[in-house]
Amino acid sequence: MPELTLVDAIHQALDEELARDERVILLGQDIGARGGVFRATQGLLEKYGEKRVIDSPLAEASLVGVAIGAALAGQRPVCEIQFADALQAAFNQIVNEATRISYRSAGEWSVPLVIRAPYGGGVSGGLYHSQSVESFFAHVPGLKVVIPSNPRDAKGLLKSAVRDPGPVLFLEPKKGYRTIKGDVPEGDFTVPIGPARISRAGQQISVMAYGLMHHYCLQAAEALASENIDAEVIDLRTLYPIDQETILASVRKTGRALIVHEDNLTLGYGAEVAALIAQEAFSNLDAPIHRLAAPDVPAMPFGQAEQDWFMLNPEKIAAAIRELANY
Amino acid sequence: MPTNVIMPQLGESVMEGTLSKWLKQEGERVNEFEPLMEVNTDKVDTEIPAPASGILLKWLVTEGTTVKAGTVLAIIGQASDGASLDTSTPAPVAAPTPPPAPSAKRDLGFISPVVAKMADEHKLDLQLIPGTGQGGRITKRDVLDYLEKMTVGVAPAPVALPAPVPAPTPAPTPTPIAQSPTRSVQSSILSSSATEDSFIPVVGMRKSIAEHMVKSEHTAPHVTTVMEADLSRVLTHLDAHKEQFARDGVTLTLTAYFVSATVAALKAVPIVNSQWADDKIILKREVNMGMAVALDEGLIVPVIKNADGKSLLGLAREINDLAKRARAKALKPDEVSGGTFTITNHGVSGSLVATPIINQPQTGILGVGIMQKRVVVINDAIAIRPMAYISLTFDHRILDGAVADKFLMTVKKALESWA
Repeated sequence: MPELTLVDAIHQALDEELARDERVILLGQDIGARGGVFRATQGLLEKYGEKRVIDSPLAEASLVGVAIGAALAGQRPVCEIQFADALQAAFNQIVNEATRISYRSAGEWSVPLVIRAPYGGGVSGGLYHSQSVESFFAHVPGLKVVIPSNPRDAKGLLKSAVRDPGPVLFLEPKKGYRTIKGDVPEGDFTVPIGPARISRAGQQISVMAYGLMHHYCLQAAEALASENIDAEVIDLRTLYPIDQETILASVRKTGRALIVHEDNLTLGYGAEVAALIAQEAFSNLDAPIHRLAAPDVPAMPFGQAEQDWFMLNPEKIAAAIRELANY
Repeated sequence: MPTNVIMPQLGESVMEGTLSKWLKQEGERVNEFEPLMEVNTDKVDTEIPAPASGILLKWLVTEGTTVKAGTVLAIIGQASDGASLDTSTPAPVAAPTPPPAPSAKRDLGFISPVVAKMADEHKLDLQLIPGTGQGGRITKRDVLDYLEKMTVGVAPAPVALPAPVPAPTPAPTPTPIAQSPTRSVQSSILSSSATEDSFIPVVGMRKSIAEHMVKSEHTAPHVTTVMEADLSRVLTHLDAHKEQFARDGVTLTLTAYFVSATVAALKAVPIVNSQWADDKIILKREVNMGMAVALDEGLIVPVIKNADGKSLLGLAREINDLAKRARAKALKPDEVSGGTFTITNHGVSGSLVATPIINQPQTGILGVGIMQKRVVVINDAIAIRPMAYISLTFDHRILDGAVADKFLMTVKKALESWA
C-alpha cells in the first residue's frame, strides 16, 4: 500500500470520483489553474476540463447556493471553501437551505452536496485562517459532519461523502495536510460515514478525539504506555450523526472518559459527548468526565507564543490523560 | 472520626515509597507528629509522623510493601471507632495482600458510580478494599484486583482436590505448598531452592542502587587510573587546626581535604565536571560534590552544593552535617540530587584501591583508599610517609587517559603541597 499525505489522499479521492461519475463537479476559489490553495485539486482542471472543475468568485454564499442548485438539478457538486473560517459567510445557504430541503419537501428533493474546508490552527494562520467550526454545524440535524484524521479515512470518507444522498460538511485538518502520512489502499474503496474507530485498544481510560487532535492523542497514549497507563483512543471521524455505541461501549469498559478537541471548550463538541456518557453510562463511571480543549477566547491568536498557548499538543494531552488515569 | 494516614509525596519526582517498618503496633496510642513508620524511597529513607493523636487502629499496608503516594497506610482513631478491635490477638502479618480486614471504619472518600455498582453486585464490603486512587479513594481497578484475589483465595487448596481422573502414570504427589496460581513464578523459585534459603525483598534503596549501578555500567565505558598521594602535609595541617575547628563545633577530618583538593582539580580541569548528552558534552557551571556515605542497608550520596564557594571550615561543617543526617535518615530528597562529581572514601573500610561505578550522569568518581604509613623513596633516601592511593574512574566517552591523569595529578599535588 503506498504511503500518502492527507492532502494527497484527498486529491486521489476527488480524482477517482470525477472519473467514476460524470455528475461529480468541483467548485471553489482558485481550484482550477491554481490547483487550490492547498493543492488538493492540482491538475484536475487539465484532466476534466472547466465544465467540471469550476473556479468560482470570492463569494462563499453564492458558491454554496450555486452548488445547491446544481445538486437539485442532478449534479454531485463538491465545493471547496478555502478556509473553514469562511463557512460562516455561507452559513445561511448551508443551514437554512441545503440541510432542510429534503425535510421541507418530505423527501421529494435531496441535496447531494459535499462542502470541503480545511480547519484548525497551528499554521500561524491567525484569526481568520485557524478556526475550528465543527460545533456550529454538528448542531444541525440534516447535515452530516465528517472529520478525517488520517489519509486512509480521508480518501474513504470523502468518497462516501460524494456518494451520500444528503449534504456533508467535510472538514480537513490543515496542519495535518502534509504532516500526517499513512498507507492508503489503491483504487476504489469507501469508509462509511457514521462509525467511529478504536485506533488504540486500552483498558484504563477512553480518550476521544477527531482530526489533528486524534493524531496527537495517539502519540500521547503511546508515550504513556511506558508509564503503565493503558489508554484506549477513539477516532470519532463522524461528528454528526454521533456513534453512540462505540463511545459508550468503550467508557463502560474503562470507566474514565477524556474528550479532546481543538475548538474552544464551552459548548464545544466535547460537551455533547460528555452529556451522552453522563446520561447513558453513569453507573459505569469511575471518574468525572474530562474535556480538554482550547481556551474560551474569541479566536486563534497570531503570535507564536500565544498560538502555542492556545493549541493543544501531545504533551498537554498526555498530562490530561495522566491526571485522569491517576484519579 | 478516624483519621487516614496517607503516604505523602516525599519529593517532587518521588511517586512511590516502600513501608519498611512500623514503629507503632496496632492498638498502640500515638501522639500527633510522633514517628509512626519508616518509609524508604529510591532517594531517601524517612519517618512518617502521625497526622493525629489517638489509637493506631489498623495497619492497612504490611512492611515491605511499595505503594503510590496518596495510598492510605493506616487508620488512627479512638477506641470507640473500632469497638470490636481486638488488640489482644493481633492477626499475624503474613502475605502483603490482601490487607487484614480493618475492624475500624475508615473514611472511604468519594465512591464512584461504578465502584458502588460493583460493590452492590458482588456484595462487597468496601472497608476491606485498599484504595490507590486520589486521596486513597477506591478505584474500579482496586475492586477488580480485590475480586481477583478473592477468587484465588476462595479456591480450594490443591491438596484437598480429589484426583478427577486416574493419573496414567504414578505422578508425584502434588506439592503440598498451597500457592495461589498468581504466585506460580515465585513458587517455582521457592521449590527449586534449598528449603533453608531465605529471601530478602529487593525494595527501596537496594532496588534503587541495583538499578543505578546496572544503568551506569551499561551507559559509560569505565576506565580507572590510580595515583599515590603523600598526606604528610595534610596531616600536619589537620593536627594544627583540629582544636581550632572544634571550637567552632566542627570535627575536621581528612574527607574535607579530599573534597577541597578535588574541587581545586575540577576548577583546573573543568571537563571533568561535565555530563554526556549524546550530541554534546554539558560543562556544569556548579560544582556540587557528592559524598558517598555507607549505611547498614546500603549507600547514600548526599551532595555538597556549590562546594567551590566554601572554605575548609565550611566544607568540614557541611560534611559533618550531611554524614550525620544521612545515618539518621534525615536527608531531604533535594540533598541527594544535583551532584556533578562524587567522592567515595572506600578506605574507611580498609580498601587500598577500588574501581567504583560512576554516579550517573556524572563523568567521574574519585576513590580514596586507606591511609597507611609506607616506605617511599625520596631524593634517593628511604622515608616513611603516610600514603594513600587515589583513583579516578572516568567515562571514556568524555575523558581520555591524559586528561584524566592531569586531573588526578592536580588532586595529588593539592594534597601533597597543602599549606
